Amino acid sequence: MIAAVEAPEESHNGSEVPLLSIEDVTVQYPSKKWRSPDFLALKGVSLDIRAGETVGLVGESGSGKTTLGRAVLGLAPVTTGRIRYDGQVISAMNRKQRRTLSDEIQVVFQDPYTSLNPALTVLDILTEPLLTAGTGRAQAEQRVKDLLEQVHLPRDASNRLPREFSGGQRQRIAIARALCRDPRLIVCDEPVSALDLSNQSRVLDLFIEIQERTGVSYLFVTHDLSVVRYISHRVAVMYKGEIIETGDAAKVTTQPKEAYTQKLLLAAPVPDPARQASRRAARQKFSAKLHVAGPFESPAS
Amino acid sequence: MTVPPIDGTVAAAAASGETARRRHIVVRLLQDPVAICCIVVLLLLTAASVLAPFLTDQDPIKSSLAETLAPMSQQHPLGADGVGRDVVARLLYGGQTSLAAACVAVLVAFAVGVPAGLFGGYYRGRADAILAWASNFIMAVPAIIILLVVMAAVSQSTYVAMAVLGLIVSPSVYRLVRASVVSVREELFVDAAKVSGLSDARIMRRHILPVVQAPSIIQAAQIFGVSIGIQAGIAFLGLGSPTEASWGAMLNDAFANIYSAPLLLLWPALIICMTTASLALLANSLRDTLSGSRRRPTRRSDRVRDASSSSEGSAPADFADVADDVLLAVDNLMVDYPVDGGRRTVVDGVSLTVCRGQVLGLVGESGSGKSQTAFSLLGLLPPEARVSAGRLLFDGVELKGLGRSAMNRLRGKRIAYVPQEPMSNLDPSFTIGSQLAEPVRQHMKVSAKEAKTLLLALLERVGINDPARVYSSYPHQISGGMAQRVLIAGAISCDPDLLIADEPTTALDVTVQAEILDLIRSLQAERNMGVILVTHDFGVVADICDRVAVMHTGKIVETASVQDLFSAPQDAYTRMLLSSTLEDAKPRSPLKSTPKLPKRAQTA
Repeated sequence: MIAAVEAPEESHNGSEVPLLSIEDVTVQYPSKKWRSPDFLALKGVSLDIRAGETVGLVGESGSGKTTLGRAVLGLAPVTTGRIRYDGQVISAMNRKQRRTLSDEIQVVFQDPYTSLNPALTVLDILTEPLLTAGTGRAQAEQRVKDLLEQVHLPRDASNRLPREFSGGQRQRIAIARALCRDPRLIVCDEPVSALDLSNQSRVLDLFIEIQERTGVSYLFVTHDLSVVRYISHRVAVMYKGEIIETGDAAKVTTQPKEAYTQKLLLAAPVPDPARQASRRAARQKFSAKLHVAGPFESPAS
Repeated sequence: MTVPPIDGTVAAAAASGETARRRHIVVRLLQDPVAICCIVVLLLLTAASVLAPFLTDQDPIKSSLAETLAPMSQQHPLGADGVGRDVVARLLYGGQTSLAAACVAVLVAFAVGVPAGLFGGYYRGRADAILAWASNFIMAVPAIIILLVVMAAVSQSTYVAMAVLGLIVSPSVYRLVRASVVSVREELFVDAAKVSGLSDARIMRRHILPVVQAPSIIQAAQIFGVSIGIQAGIAFLGLGSPTEASWGAMLNDAFANIYSAPLLLLWPALIICMTTASLALLANSLRDTLSGSRRRPTRRSDRVRDASSSSEGSAPADFADVADDVLLAVDNLMVDYPVDGGRRTVVDGVSLTVCRGQVLGLVGESGSGKSQTAFSLLGLLPPEARVSAGRLLFDGVELKGLGRSAMNRLRGKRIAYVPQEPMSNLDPSFTIGSQLAEPVRQHMKVSAKEAKTLLLALLERVGINDPARVYSSYPHQISGGMAQRVLIAGAISCDPDLLIADEPTTALDVTVQAEILDLIRSLQAERNMGVILVTHDFGVVADICDRVAVMHTGKIVETASVQDLFSAPQDAYTRMLLSSTLEDAKPRSPLKSTPKLPKRAQTA
């Protein structure tokens, strides 16, 4: 576990104050079975995100990376520790106080098929957060036009239903919804893992383009090291509810320090037969050395 | 007589119907002749009851001993009953009471059930537990006895009785609404609405209530029908106000005179039957419309048609050009599906060959037809799919035109399958051992004991540490990676010649993926199997495949050896895909300083 650099108490005084700081956060779920121990999804996680920065959160299923994103969004209960946004403690807020944060922190979920209400048109989906905030209808509709342009969707998209769009286009709608109220932080929970390869890189480029224009920060949750390397300034690696390694993207995703991160890196296949063969050999050697190998060994093929 | 169960089948059917389809529900309902008939009958009944004073000048209550059991006449078109009341008038006015009282039952049931279901389903927790307990309690109470007690002790009014009935059936509404709410509140769009700052009331109104609406309408029609039946039952027992005409009271009177005027029984029985049957059929049509169920062909057509006869007519048994080590040779495979006004082709003239000991990668993006190709080789397509091929040779045998049983002998034994979602391909209600042993016993004709010995050895071979424990476990007791190992063990248990793996590692973590690929590679080499591996991941292709076929919109755009494909891709689409891979992209450099302060920080 790597402790975050201690943030100064006061905010608004310089670029070194992180926009979001997660301080020793634990999330515990009561167990469903009688008298069995509670489930610790996060075990004292600390991380901070500066304005305009992308922090990639990488790990395998069950590592707690999604839970951390949900804790920042107020969708998972923080048992101990604090999450501060712009100096303000947000982890202890109730639903009502939390609503005031909705134009600061937004979300793009993994599955563009279930994150958009199938019964609402794109216009309804995108104006909803604006109308909730008290924007007039005409103004909201104008804003939606601008947003559709920003995410490179056709203008006539607004009167159609989500099911008329492909996965990549739906994810653009979800991104437009997140951008609606000019947030300063967007939690992205595996936003490209349900997309086809060619859409993946286009949507990632859109994320980067928006960031360079608006200065928004991303907490980018993913299981894919190549995605995280492409989009993140910094990377945090999670394993069993803890952050085991943090650092600049280039460093963590190419020359990791921790054995687990090395294992992750070696397990990701390279789209090149010769290099993949050598990576595979390196992985098998590494596994044998660490005794964390799979219970069988592959004969040379 | 008991209250017919208003169960969860509607809930399930309606919950599956997409809310988006609601817009056209009325239009689609009116395309169903049964629904139209039911609606017409119900409208006529309602109109006749409401307009009763204009349709007859007879009094439904006033008895006249002189006209006891009077026959049909000008004055009494359907005669008079045992105390000389006009049957037509009683039918019409009785309709007023029966229909209005049934409305009372429906309204009470929904006024209680819907808020309780919304509240319990959305907030869960303690309130939900209390509501669930209360609903169970009410459901456990015998409805008819409560109704009899209320009518005997509190009030003779049919309306009061139906209000009580509404309360008694409200748990079924509560359960239906709660089930819909629970399923929708886990949806990501509800989470997104929370993050967007919507209040709970607004989330319920906008995102949750519309989902509940459709099944509720079906439920209402059912409750309406049930309460008409119950009313009749109660009045038949002689309870109910003598000053209210009702269909049930007519039954009671007719029963008393069943020997002298049997026809009297017919009219109220007929009208009660018509009403309840219309409501039940209407509810059925509504459910069908909502779930969008279409009539499907009853049998899966496994048979692959001959495409060559229609096209150039290549010689039917010309295997001369097929080399000895070719395991599978497919020519001009087509798969199409019926769509509105035509057929949509999803696999469009695919030709491929797989040799013994070779791994063929079938690569493409979603919708490219790669899985459809694999499924058509396995005969696993849905029944409405139409498959044809110029040639489909497996180990020198023409599969085209083979019947279901002949295909079944090949499937599982000589052609095996590893699916994408290991967990959903194991039946949760049987142990892993029993699921694995079944096909082994079927195909290898061995005893249960021999099958177990064989399988335990195989489970060990696929890298499971404690085969005996896994053999006797249920699927939920093992992890996803383990489940995939189990399925691989199952796939190779009959020593197949060809293994078709559909995205076998997509659902798995990257470290587990590497191990599973190692396993497939080593098994393939050891048994000299041919493998077709469907995937979208070029890393997986580079890791395991010998040859690659790239698919795009149902066609193979390029087939090449794995070295050639990566070093010199020929097709523009392949080049585009390869250039989209992020593996070799430059890592993003660290953030130098805050580039520019976001807007609110500037204004603050």
